[in-house]
Amino acid sequence: MKRKLVLIGNGMAGVRCIEEILKLDREAFEITIFGSEPHPNYNRILLSKVLQGDTSIDEITLNSWEWYERNGIRLFAGETVTEVDSERRLVRTDRGRVVEYDELIFATGSNPFILPVPGADLPGVTAFRDIQDCERMIEYAKTYKKAAVIGGGLLGLEAARGLLNLGMDVDVIHIFDYLMERQLDPTASKLLQRELEKQGMNFLLRKETAELFGNGRVEGVRFKDGTSIAADLVVMAVGIRPNVELARKSGIEVNRGIVVNDYLETSVPHIYAVGECAEHRGVVYGLVAPLYEQGKVLAQAICGRKGKPYEGSVVSTQLKVSGVDVFSAGEFMDVEGTESIKLYDEARSVYKKVVVREGKIVGAVLFGDTSEGRKLFDMIQRGDSLEALSLSLLTPASSGGKGSLVAAMADTDVVCGCNGVTKGAICQAIAEHGLKTVAEVRDYTNASRSCGGCKGLVAELLEHMLGEEANRYTVKETICGCTDLSREEVLEAIEQRRLMTVKEVMSVLGWKNEEGCSKCRPALNYYLGMLYPGEYDEEAESLFVNERLHANIQADGTYSVVPRIYGGVTTAEQLRNIADVAEKYNVPMIKITGGQRIDLLGVKKEDLPRIWADLGMPSGYAYAKALRTVKTCVGKQFCRFGTQDSTGLGIRMEQTFERLKTPHKVKMAVSACPRNCAESGIKDVGIVGVEGGWEIYVGGNGGTHLRAADLLCTVKTEDEVIEMTGAFLQYYRESAHYLERTSKWVERVGLEHIREVLFDVETRRALLERLHKALSATKDPWRDIVENERLQQMLFRDIGDKEPVPVE
Amino acid sequence: MMRVEVGTIEQLPKRLGKCVRIGALELALFRTGEDRVYAVENRCPHKGGDLSQGIVSGEYVFCPLHDWKICLRDGQAQAPDEGCVKTYRVAVEDGCVYVEL
Repeated sequence: MKRKLVLIGNGMAGVRCIEEILKLDREAFEITIFGSEPHPNYNRILLSKVLQGDTSIDEITLNSWEWYERNGIRLFAGETVTEVDSERRLVRTDRGRVVEYDELIFATGSNPFILPVPGADLPGVTAFRDIQDCERMIEYAKTYKKAAVIGGGLLGLEAARGLLNLGMDVDVIHIFDYLMERQLDPTASKLLQRELEKQGMNFLLRKETAELFGNGRVEGVRFKDGTSIAADLVVMAVGIRPNVELARKSGIEVNRGIVVNDYLETSVPHIYAVGECAEHRGVVYGLVAPLYEQGKVLAQAICGRKGKPYEGSVVSTQLKVSGVDVFSAGEFMDVEGTESIKLYDEARSVYKKVVVREGKIVGAVLFGDTSEGRKLFDMIQRGDSLEALSLSLLTPASSGGKGSLVAAMADTDVVCGCNGVTKGAICQAIAEHGLKTVAEVRDYTNASRSCGGCKGLVAELLEHMLGEEANRYTVKETICGCTDLSREEVLEAIEQRRLMTVKEVMSVLGWKNEEGCSKCRPALNYYLGMLYPGEYDEEAESLFVNERLHANIQADGTYSVVPRIYGGVTTAEQLRNIADVAEKYNVPMIKITGGQRIDLLGVKKEDLPRIWADLGMPSGYAYAKALRTVKTCVGKQFCRFGTQDSTGLGIRMEQTFERLKTPHKVKMAVSACPRNCAESGIKDVGIVGVEGGWEIYVGGNGGTHLRAADLLCTVKTEDEVIEMTGAFLQYYRESAHYLERTSKWVERVGLEHIREVLFDVETRRALLERLHKALSATKDPWRDIVENERLQQMLFRDIGDKEPVPVE
Repeated sequence: MMRVEVGTIEQLPKRLGKCVRIGALELALFRTGEDRVYAVENRCPHKGGDLSQGIVSGEYVFCPLHDWKICLRDGQAQAPDEGCVKTYRVAVEDGCVYVEL
């Protein structure tokens, strides 16, 4: 049964979080979204562009109606959730609809702040927050001439620019001495004011609004100093407030925003908050980049794959205000204890300032030329010392030439701040997919999808990539030469399009060799089996011979047979039985293996089913990418040093995890004391008994790439060993490349990351659930074949001897 | 010329090889995904591997011992490996498969 996920708020942060969830697990949730606005998710940042006439409402849509439909999402647009019953886990709407949830996300965003002054409710007064406000202003501009914008912040200036474009006279009223005081220092602010005045805006600074007056509709604004102006349209752009009423009323802890922890969980279980409505460590974010970061973390948590927590964001502002580029980050004001380096080119209207505290770069403001903004932002985040700052960074851009700017950027430098897309990621996408336009780059990487401020840089990168750098970004690690897709891309496509067979995957994803090769066919077979346990039937013709015949092929074309002997503990009767079978089939060699098993070597292919039937033992899987053996030492039953029952635990582990298919073979061992007679230190999972508990080691390897295992954790009980091992195996199954041993995988993804995943109770529970689903779908293959005449005929019997006949 | 009836087409599952012995000669028979039947000497030019047990893709088989890729049409090992296996003409008539020696 799918869990029910309800999202309240159909805006940028919430819907991006849903996109992240779909990326992680398409099948996990039945998703319902409520949005008060009658539109699909659109790019609110670009509303000013709509107002300014540069773009249409259709063009700022981020997710079309069709997108919701394609992803099976129920969208109720124009419907507002009015009540949340967290006891019974359901929500009610203003239309009387009742929807149940298992998980609930608040992404209710912000409301514009309307000054509580007389006349604020008069017709002709509007906020600037949504499409409706935008449409209203466009409508007013057709009839009226005089507009007043209250608020000299970014939003107010954007509105003012739009109203100018619509042919209105615009007064901008601001309570402070200078504009955009939260993003700019006084010098930059004055430069901006001068520029905007040239464009036709009129500023009324240090003016506090007392009331809006008018007869039937707004006619003017009166200030506390007694002066007043006439206005037919008043736009309130004095700020926004997190929209938290519903949350407060539902008993969720609310401060300024809805209070969330590092995994975006609110004070009420199964309820989360993301975006502008959320307050994290005392901070409410309003810029899009942090909101997207939050969405990613929440998606992982809600899918049971908790990864890195959200630890807050350092923000920078890079904007184009009315055609003027401005940037600021960190502590950019000159205060006690700071010094600054400034470049002020009044003629060209360029101003750059870097603020230094105790020799370290802590902030910057750029005006007119912001091309070095990203670089400075990285330096601020790293806390670089002043020496790292090359003065050329502050000289006019023309001196270096623009081309060299993108060339000089490091691969880790962020190009699109909203979506956190680096230069490396963009170049990689350009090289791999042969991208030619900014739009293509946007579709592949999300770069420039939000505020669009980085379009210029992306365009330069495109140009640049056609040149000398193209070769640096070579093709990623694909599954094999038959495809250009990586493992991750293939898995995502399999899940999204619900591809069910190897053939289907290859044909839908455009494999270059129609029938694949000896690398991709077994790999796809594994991935499909992992994704669809119980549903997917292995394809014999896509398996390597050993796994097809459940025996190991030998140099001479014969096979070996290794029956399961749990924990390496056998009995006289079992040994007698094996000896009898070996004699009956004239087995040329009987060998004790490194994993404490008995190997019957030199068996003919057609004898395999008969030998299995006579043995009457389960397959030991000595041929498979699966759990091979759990090697054990004697343990405390006999050993005078043993502190734990290693054979008992080893047998239990082998019985629990046998038949589980993994990306590569998995060897385990259990030792009863740190003398480690079972060699747990070089196993994929090695257990070492200590006084009062067990140590769990992972990622060891005794083969070509000798590697000592890492201590994952120490636990007290056998049950905990089974649980932790199970979660480890499942995470390995889900995230390793086919044929990647745990030793390589642990190094690639990092032990710390694996710990974070496994130690999270909820994630571990989800992993174990999927593991048990996979385990319950397995059965002993030898027995299966012994009982299946058709399989024996198809796989084990050849045509035999034939006589030639002469022909005329 | 000698001709050997090696069985019916139904005895050859698609993309799963079968081995047939004719005197001292051992052949690997393959019915490809496109329903063509090929016969080659069942001995990889590398270390004599049992080609009949290899993974079949299009008109190629991958040797199960060391993954050499052998073309079923002309018997050539594919680069970077070098070598060749003997190929034999096959005729399918009325559902019966014949190999010409």
